[in-house]
Amino acid sequence: MSIAWQAFTPWSAVTGGALIGLAATALLLVNGRVAGISGILAGLLRAPGDRAWRFVFVAGLLLAPLVLHLFVPGLGVPAPAEAPDARLLLLAGLLVGVGTRLANGCTSGHGVCGLARLSLRSLAAVAVFMGSAIAVVFLVRHGLGGAGA
Amino acid sequence: MSASHMNEQAAVAVTAAPHTGAARTAGLLGALLSGLLFGVGLLLSGMTDPAKVLGFLDIFGAWDPSLAFVMVGGIAAARVGVVLIGRRGTTLSGLPVCLPPKRAIDARLIAGSALFGAGWGLAGYCPGPAVVSLGFGSSSALALVAGMLVGLWSVPHSRGRR
Repeated sequence: MSIAWQAFTPWSAVTGGALIGLAATALLLVNGRVAGISGILAGLLRAPGDRAWRFVFVAGLLLAPLVLHLFVPGLGVPAPAEAPDARLLLLAGLLVGVGTRLANGCTSGHGVCGLARLSLRSLAAVAVFMGSAIAVVFLVRHGLGGAGA
Repeated sequence: MSASHMNEQAAVAVTAAPHTGAARTAGLLGALLSGLLFGVGLLLSGMTDPAKVLGFLDIFGAWDPSLAFVMVGGIAAARVGVVLIGRRGTTLSGLPVCLPPKRAIDARLIAGSALFGAGWGLAGYCPGPAVVSLGFGSSSALALVAGMLVGLWSVPHSRGRR
């Protein structure tokens, strides 16, 4: 293991994280809801009623790049690089969808909101999905004939 | 995420509230601003950059620990809301709170988290950043979100667990 110091950005990470937590606090205080993205999306697909707040929350997520660009143009958060393999992306998305629905939460619902509620279930979920993700990245980058990163 | 029966209770409470229209408008505005803020936070933090995410998960390679700080900032700021709502017992407009009940750790949670982690490690997208990247018009995010929505839709709703 070695630390990639040239890529290390603790201040923007903790600031962005604080905004995420602030958004979760706002949703909790105003709507009485937990800001778990997978749960909000699943509710849009499946919940019998009560779709309006979920819809506008997701609209806010979708508008975030535009709003950031319009109001803080100098910041220049780049669009993510395009990955060529659509089948891999579809498979990854399927795993993320099924997994978060079985676990009833993802990085936001368990990782931020659940841990903020001191939930042991969320702590277990975070430990397992972090471990699983680290294992997959290890296999892809260093295992299976390991060309190395 | 939350139990549907709790949703129904909240819906009943909304219709029974004296200032139904105002409370509803405030709720929708709050949800929109929260979504925007959440998305901006994801963008600033680096969570919407799959290369950065994979660098964070690659602890056996050249490890970039930055994204651990997203969790630190996020948990601290969300803790404020958790404590405030715990003291108040209701939302700012007096509506009931829909928190997922705390339950035991079960096989469904562990298996689901393992599958989610695998998908996250394959492409570097978790649900929030995938949706935000869709807002960039990213075709990668479009493919991932398409798969994710099928996945989310295909699993039957379970009653309120977190």
